[in-house]
Amino acid sequence: MANRITIEVSRYNPARDDEPRMDSFDVPLYEEWVVLDALNYIKDHFDGSLTFRWSCRMGVCGSCGMMVNGVPKLTCATFLSDYASGPVRIEPMRHFPILRDLVVDTSDFLMKLARSKPWIIRKAEKPLDEEYVQTPAQLEEYRQFSMCINCVLCYAACPIYGLDSQFTGPAVIALAQRYNLDSRDEGARERLDILSAPEGIWGCRFVGECTQVCPKHVDPAGAIQQYKLTAAMEWLKAMVLPRGAKEQP
Amino acid sequence: MTNPTEYLPRSYHRRVSTFWWLARWSYLKFILREASSVFVGWTVVLTLVQIWAVTHRPSANETFHEWMRHPLMVGVNIIAFLFVLFHAVTWFSLTPKAMAIRVQGRRVPDWAISGPSYAGWVMVSLGIAWVVLRG
Repeated sequence: MANRITIEVSRYNPARDDEPRMDSFDVPLYEEWVVLDALNYIKDHFDGSLTFRWSCRMGVCGSCGMMVNGVPKLTCATFLSDYASGPVRIEPMRHFPILRDLVVDTSDFLMKLARSKPWIIRKAEKPLDEEYVQTPAQLEEYRQFSMCINCVLCYAACPIYGLDSQFTGPAVIALAQRYNLDSRDEGARERLDILSAPEGIWGCRFVGECTQVCPKHVDPAGAIQQYKLTAAMEWLKAMVLPRGAKEQP
Repeated sequence: MTNPTEYLPRSYHRRVSTFWWLARWSYLKFILREASSVFVGWTVVLTLVQIWAVTHRPSANETFHEWMRHPLMVGVNIIAFLFVLFHAVTWFSLTPKAMAIRVQGRRVPDWAISGPSYAGWVMVSLGIAWVVLRG
């Protein structure tokens, strides 16, 4: 007979509820179970209407982000045994509107992501028979930021985003920086206006929680501080250098 | 781009608690760091007033020192000193985050960037202490 643990789950049905409430469930506690296993157990054995997102179960898709005891976590990578005495409180990710139970609306993030142009921008494409050669050292420049899986745990951890939803936010800036640092990219100037806007990098007050909760060790806080330095240098160049030089990427 | 939210059913928007900054130590540390700017400003103003007092008539300097000896000022300045220290330490710990320097393909470790900052801080402080305390 396995030990058991109490899971408190936030529930919200937009058709019926005015605000979220908590439901408690007693589930088996197996050493190899993650929080997502407990949620699937609840769905299979207690309440089939419990709604949550998940897909890969291996920390790659970034779908199963939730608040576990108040901390943003990927539930597929968070072991129940770490909370052994229980209860474990599962809530939808903070700072996003709740659609139902543990599912949040991340449209704001997706729209900001699209605006930051997270793709390789070229002034002119090379002919198809030519390669874009990149050395391991050049890859290393941006590799850390390319690990982002868009799980938006960093947005749930960032109090600045919670207080001001205009703030571009950690993952979008980290992903823009990923392309800015890519030796094949020529779009840094196009992203500069978006990122150096007041609600962009300057909105960040360096709380640092985004880096703490990132399951892929992307370090969005580092990306933002580095880009602040870049933007300040660009501003200085724009003030000091003649117009022709300013237009250089 | 069309806002996809408008096609979704009713959603619940949560308000951030007024006391959100008490929820985690890292949040409280952040608020204390932000608040430390007030004490940095206070210290700058106090230093400017002190310089003005020293460079003007001796009575102004005497009055300033009298003022600074008041228990309330001593208390405020001890708190200000602690906050300025906190501000400086958090500033130096930020430096390696902002400066991703690579040497021979490897990122320079954090201590190699913050270390010289602390060393410079100590040197400047010792220099100022020498100027002030020598007589």
